[in-house]
Amino acid sequence: MLEFARWKYVLVALVVLIGLLFALPNLFGEDPALQVERKSRAPMDDIARQSIEELLHKQNIVIKRDFIDSGRLILAFNDLASQLKARDTVDATLSDVDRSALANASRAPGWMRSIGLKAMPLGLDLRGGLYLLYQVDLQGAVSQLLESYEQSFRRALNEAKLPFADITTITAGTGGIANGLRVSLPADADAGAIEAVLKKVDGNLKFTSSSSASGPVVDMVLTAAQIKAREDYALEQNRTTLTNRVNELGVSEPIVQRQGLDRINVQLPGVQNSAEVKDLLGKVATLELRLVDTQNNPMQAEQSGHAPLGTKLYKREDGAPILLKREVIVTGDELTSATSTTSTEGPAVSIKLDARGADSMLRTTRLNVGKPMAVVYIEKSRRQVEVNGQKVDRDSTSEKVINVATIRGVFGPQFQVTGLTAGEARDLSLMLRSGSLAAPIEVVEERAIGPSLGQDNIDKGVRALEIGMLAVFVFMALYYHAFGLVADAVLLANVILLTALLSMLRASLSLPGIAGIILTVGMAVDANVLIYERIREELRNGVSPQAAIRAGFDKAFSAIADSNVTALIAGLALWVIGTGAIRGFAIVLTLGIATSMFTSLLGSRALITLMYGGRRKLARLSIG
Amino acid sequence: MEFFHRATTFPFMSTRKWWYGLSIVLILISLVSLVTRGLNLGVDFTGGVTVQATFPVAANRDAVITALTGAGYSDPQVTIFGTSRDIAIRLPPTKQSTETVRNQIEQVLHRVDAGAQIQQVEVVGPQIGGELQRSAAQALIATLLLIFGYIAVRFHTWRLSLGAILAVLHDPILVLGTFSVTRTTFDLTVVAAMLAVIGYSLNDTVVVFDRIRERFHGSRRLQPVVVLDQSINQTLSRTIMTKVVTLIVVVALYVLGGPVLRGFSEALIIGIVAGTYSSIYISSAVALDCGLKAEHLLPSSVKRPVDSMP
Repeated sequence: MLEFARWKYVLVALVVLIGLLFALPNLFGEDPALQVERKSRAPMDDIARQSIEELLHKQNIVIKRDFIDSGRLILAFNDLASQLKARDTVDATLSDVDRSALANASRAPGWMRSIGLKAMPLGLDLRGGLYLLYQVDLQGAVSQLLESYEQSFRRALNEAKLPFADITTITAGTGGIANGLRVSLPADADAGAIEAVLKKVDGNLKFTSSSSASGPVVDMVLTAAQIKAREDYALEQNRTTLTNRVNELGVSEPIVQRQGLDRINVQLPGVQNSAEVKDLLGKVATLELRLVDTQNNPMQAEQSGHAPLGTKLYKREDGAPILLKREVIVTGDELTSATSTTSTEGPAVSIKLDARGADSMLRTTRLNVGKPMAVVYIEKSRRQVEVNGQKVDRDSTSEKVINVATIRGVFGPQFQVTGLTAGEARDLSLMLRSGSLAAPIEVVEERAIGPSLGQDNIDKGVRALEIGMLAVFVFMALYYHAFGLVADAVLLANVILLTALLSMLRASLSLPGIAGIILTVGMAVDANVLIYERIREELRNGVSPQAAIRAGFDKAFSAIADSNVTALIAGLALWVIGTGAIRGFAIVLTLGIATSMFTSLLGSRALITLMYGGRRKLARLSIG
Repeated sequence: MEFFHRATTFPFMSTRKWWYGLSIVLILISLVSLVTRGLNLGVDFTGGVTVQATFPVAANRDAVITALTGAGYSDPQVTIFGTSRDIAIRLPPTKQSTETVRNQIEQVLHRVDAGAQIQQVEVVGPQIGGELQRSAAQALIATLLLIFGYIAVRFHTWRLSLGAILAVLHDPILVLGTFSVTRTTFDLTVVAAMLAVIGYSLNDTVVVFDRIRERFHGSRRLQPVVVLDQSINQTLSRTIMTKVVTLIVVVALYVLGGPVLRGFSEALIIGIVAGTYSSIYISSAVALDCGLKAEHLLPSSVKRPVDSMP
């Protein structure tokens, strides 16, 4: 008699059934779709859905079906042309409150979706996805550099206690683009001493002193080589930041590459939250800390539209004007991390500063105890909109003072800021984690792209895989007879369980992932072969059939366990450290080893015990 | 059906010096070719030129590929780009100006459809930048170290760990060497295939090790050479069976899978054959020549309890 506990049978049956259920949605195809969601992250409701339906009906766009999924409205269409037309219509009318992105919608019936069953997404090579082309504003890269030099100059001169009137940007030479800074000095200032201090900020900068009507000035103009270096840096930095942001948003296996002189293309496989991804990729959100100017009247400044020297006019959240000092205590570049948390006053962000920022914060707060300090939240984004058939860039920058507090003591490198919405707090922490964009970017093109391997190639590959698997099934049955059929059943269960796990994790499957599946199939076959060869060996040594089965499973166990654990180590290491395609392979490999261990050790033993376990006397085994 | 009707007794270990020689020669050829000729890297690694074009009717992807291949472009990648009338063609990097590329491709496309229009020709950077290559290398080194550690702990000796790691390094080097010698395009899918090859090689090696451990348990007096030969012979039918089954799938992919899967399945075939060989002649033989003895695997005389079944 062979023994196998009843609960193990139940477990195997249950796991396979659940696996079947989760793998099921993969049998249905997909339709081209448009994803629309609220910029405020509020969930879409039926009223919004009806108004969008009406809007599209007016344009004679046929909606195949639509539904709300995790607060996002998904509109599925019959063809790509209606998808694109719908996108343009929605963007033209609703872009202030909603954001949209091209996507795919599964054809699986609604009840599957409503209980959370979804097909596994396919990678860019197998399914295609969303193609976004970003234009990098290289002039913006240079002006960002000038801004940061301006801040450093102000700080250096203040530290050296050298008085200066103002620092402004200048345009030298041809081109008409700002490429330098001018430090205006009081009439009696020593330009040489100022130059020496400024030189310390960056030794590569060139300074020239001259005198103007209002007094002496020191000019700094960037050389052509410095501008070129800055532009190159900005492109590469933006590419890295975009890659980080896509990864932060949990998109698996994206492609981010430079294109042409000043563009970056981002390709995303069928992601669930593509509208949000698209919106967040090109956004700049940061914080600045400045001292409040208490000497001048902000109302007056607002009326005259002119801020007094050394100050800048801002608006508070309630619309009231406020004057802040031009000198920034901490700039966005000096924040090292931000984590969104909650405080008694609502959502908050916990901020950490780098050494330079912490130093500046310490000095400023020590000198200004009792004075008010303001936190400015800056959000910039740029979009191309069509005005009268022409594409025009529209910049939207919102700078608002989210918080003014009196300095009660000395600030260290870590503190908390309130006054943000939960969404803003989350975005801000994501932006800081992924690094800042060195130049503003905007989407200039958005398209749904087909699979890079081509549908015909994929069909061929899938057919080849099917034929190969079928041949394996036949071969196993021929070689091991009834035991071979058990191995076939186990192999099938393995593929189903793996598909189910991949669908649950929503890891996208690409060609490297298929390599992982083939490897897993090999490992699953191997586990069975190890057991069966062991049983044959025992039979050859004259052991009784049932004892041979028991010994076969027991003795093969350590070989199966050790070989699978070593492969598991490789899989996990590649999963944790690897990126992109390597990670995709590792995910499939790791999950596949888990499922193949389960199916070959438990599943195959359950079936074999079911076949042979009950009989008291067993003359021979059908093992070939 | 059985490959071997009775237990085999091939004297594997006695010929190991010859096989070492063969491996060293093959690895040297691979390394020399890799250094002098390098790899024929695909557009994933090198970047290249993207041409976007629009057709008056739905684009025929196959016809475009055939026309491009006919005009001497190797491995052109053509993707449907937006609507079915738009395509994007990816070509390897070229020294020609984008204007020249535009004119040449335009001529080729006009052979497919006279109404084809080129929208844009642009240079694109590599998909896998230096950063990604570094992280892949780190992942590989970390993986090898972890495996070395695991085998050393499970089998109580570094000799087997060393054998396993050398076998694991041996196989991908041969795959890389073959790709370098034959100038087959090396792209991301081949990298994935190589990772799979490492997995197989390791799997094979560990199964043989497991049998060696078991044999030493049973008969401590036997010469290590005899134990190793016995272990390899006893696992031989399993080794061949598993390889045959895996090769069925991979050969099906090679023959029926079309050009895209050619490099991928080729790497797997070479790797699986090399892996089977290396698990016998590299991993076990190296351990033997490092002085593997019964007491290395069985550090105490107390018998470890056999792992319980789930």
